[in-house]
Amino acid sequence: MRLEVLNSGYSTGTKLLFALIQLFSRQPVPDAARLVFYRPDFYGTRAKEFTHEAMRGPSAWSVADRELMAAYLSQMNESAFCIGAHTATAERAYQDGQKVAAVLADLDSAPIAQPLMATLRMLGKLTSEGKVSAADMQEVLATGVSSQQVEDALAVCAAFNTTNRLADAFGFEVLSPEGFEAGAKYLLRRGYR
Amino acid sequence: MPTEGKKRAAHRALEDRILTGAARASAEQRASAFGNADLRPQLDGLLGKVVARPTEVTDADFAAAQAAGFSEDELFELVICAAVGQSARLYDAGLAALADAVAAEENS
Repeated sequence: MRLEVLNSGYSTGTKLLFALIQLFSRQPVPDAARLVFYRPDFYGTRAKEFTHEAMRGPSAWSVADRELMAAYLSQMNESAFCIGAHTATAERAYQDGQKVAAVLADLDSAPIAQPLMATLRMLGKLTSEGKVSAADMQEVLATGVSSQQVEDALAVCAAFNTTNRLADAFGFEVLSPEGFEAGAKYLLRRGYR
Repeated sequence: MPTEGKKRAAHRALEDRILTGAARASAEQRASAFGNADLRPQLDGLLGKVVARPTEVTDADFAAAQAAGFSEDELFELVICAAVGQSARLYDAGLAALADAVAAEENS
């Protein structure tokens, strides 16, 4: 990563943990995981709590839907590490790689239900333009999405707009397909805590 | 005001920590980075990109900030403040538009 402290500034205990993870997963510890172990009292602890709540906490959106939102937002932000990580996680969660690929290729023609499509469109507009109108929200609500579901989707949006920025600013190393697959398994088994 | 939901509250806890908790960078610098405003010129290149064009951040942006005297730990904090600040603005803009939409529906 771009800051040397993020490569080597960890405590002995944390370095040992990274070595064990690498030994058992046979994959390097992803930079996204390393970042939250650096001075966790400043960022990692609360970031993990918020992200876990957004991605795995109670919601009418499935885990797969929320991972798809994460992949879609990462693509809007052109964040290579996060596109790889959350495309793999959404594909695994849905057990349907084609659906995820279709959404990322062309949202309007993707084989997904209107409520999810309208929500993704709104999140994309908010992310790229920095604002949405009440009329944009009414369009989403008109497809049957509840106001709580909109709030839940906005939490996913906040989590990934931060993670995408940190991934690209600090320069997270893009993993191999096997590395992303191992990460996806972990995120579906354990979440973000 | 309605009670803040659990998710927004968890984000607020993160915001409060990075802005007001113990840190290497001053609270004033962290607030500037978070608000993407009044940034010192040596930081503007790096943090402006974190907010608006993060894929364009380069090693040279970090080098320029370090040459101006910012330590790695200060930059770690300020980059996080800039990223979380942008997300907080998006989050609040979305929630405000939602509240307006719900109010319009109730009044119709």
